[in-house]
Amino acid sequence: MIEFHLDPRSGVAPYLQIVQQVKEALRLGLLDVGDQLPTVREVVADLAINPNTVAKGYRELEASGLVEARPGRGTFITSTLAAPSLKHHEALRHELESWLEAADRAGLDEESIRAVISTTLREAFVRRVA
Amino acid sequence: MTSPLVTHGVGKRYRRRWALRDCTLTVPERAIVGLAGPNGAGKSTLLGLTVGLFAPTEGRIDVLGRDPRRQPEVLADVGYVARDAPLYRSFTVRDTIEFARATNPGWDETIAGEFLTRLSADDRVSTLSAGGRARLALAVALGKRPALLLLDEPFARLDPLAAREFLQLLMDGVSELEATVVIASHVIADIERVSDHIVLLSEGHVRLEGSVEELVSSHRLLTGAARPLGRIPGVQEIVRERHSGRQMTLLARLNGRVVDTSWSVDEIGLEDLLLAYMAPERLPGPTAPEKGRLRWHG
Repeated sequence: MIEFHLDPRSGVAPYLQIVQQVKEALRLGLLDVGDQLPTVREVVADLAINPNTVAKGYRELEASGLVEARPGRGTFITSTLAAPSLKHHEALRHELESWLEAADRAGLDEESIRAVISTTLREAFVRRVA
Repeated sequence: MTSPLVTHGVGKRYRRRWALRDCTLTVPERAIVGLAGPNGAGKSTLLGLTVGLFAPTEGRIDVLGRDPRRQPEVLADVGYVARDAPLYRSFTVRDTIEFARATNPGWDETIAGEFLTRLSADDRVSTLSAGGRARLALAVALGKRPALLLLDEPFARLDPLAAREFLQLLMDGVSELEATVVIASHVIADIERVSDHIVLLSEGHVRLEGSVEELVSSHRLLTGAARPLGRIPGVQEIVRERHSGRQMTLLARLNGRVVDTSWSVDEIGLEDLLLAYMAPERLPGPTAPEKGRLRWHG
């Protein structure tokens, strides 16, 4: 069963951290259809967080069709993110590698590369949510 | 469903000093409210008014839809842990629980028991650690199965480990009971982890109130070259202004997107946000008129 963790300094809303951790586990194949998520009460007692936060994260996962709440039994995974995206990982990784080589040729050191990537990611994310 | 706690222009005066003034709030059902503010801000006064310890000097307070002074039966549904978890020191853990059972008609043995697993029934309250006392006081408050639970500085005497344990137990109990909770604390970090709603008091006034999500998403730090400030599109109000050399940093409440690229726009965490609203430079001097002070209230 997945065990959640919470990074209060990440700037990501706690309920989104739960959503992201489930999605990541699905992408990596660590969670699969039929697996059960911990109950709200278990997460709450484990992490010392607000039950509304956990419930909100679970509702969001339910709305995106990834899990299903079965009353009295718990919340279960109903679909996976691994299959459709995994097959693209290889090609995307190759593209990223050639980009990294280009950055290296252009004289960027590791820190500069990380800075370019993180600011680009951040801006892309801001555009997406705006 | 009515809101579990509503105050309408509530004020409480002790002799000539107002401990709380013009307090108007609506606590959403099942929220976990962080009641923040420095010592002496009026937090305990607000909690005391809520449990009918004293009557407001002005205004009205509704607890679960009723007046806690005129209809004290409502208090059967309100759990209250006062500062320092007061308990009878000569009682044993068992005596304390039996007393609570005898005085609370709706006593829930199971839920109270869950919080006592690591306490021995024969231990005297006076011999318990601060964490043990906090746990016992919480068991007594939760055993009532309250719809509204009020905690006054519950972390004050707990070390970080005991504080985390207490928070775990509290959240566990709250999710079982589906209760609304108000946690008063002058240490923002203690309430930041669990609160989804914030009420910030300072000098007896509500400085800021709202859902954490709304407060965090509506405030940004703007950093840029120092300049005379005019209206910045997207900024509703400048909360705080700081200068360092040729650079200035503004804490702004936004009502739109800041598109002016001469400002670099960053998010601000809840703790920094509340500290900025509490900061001395935000508070007008003692000669400032009462009205001027209120304009900080978002």
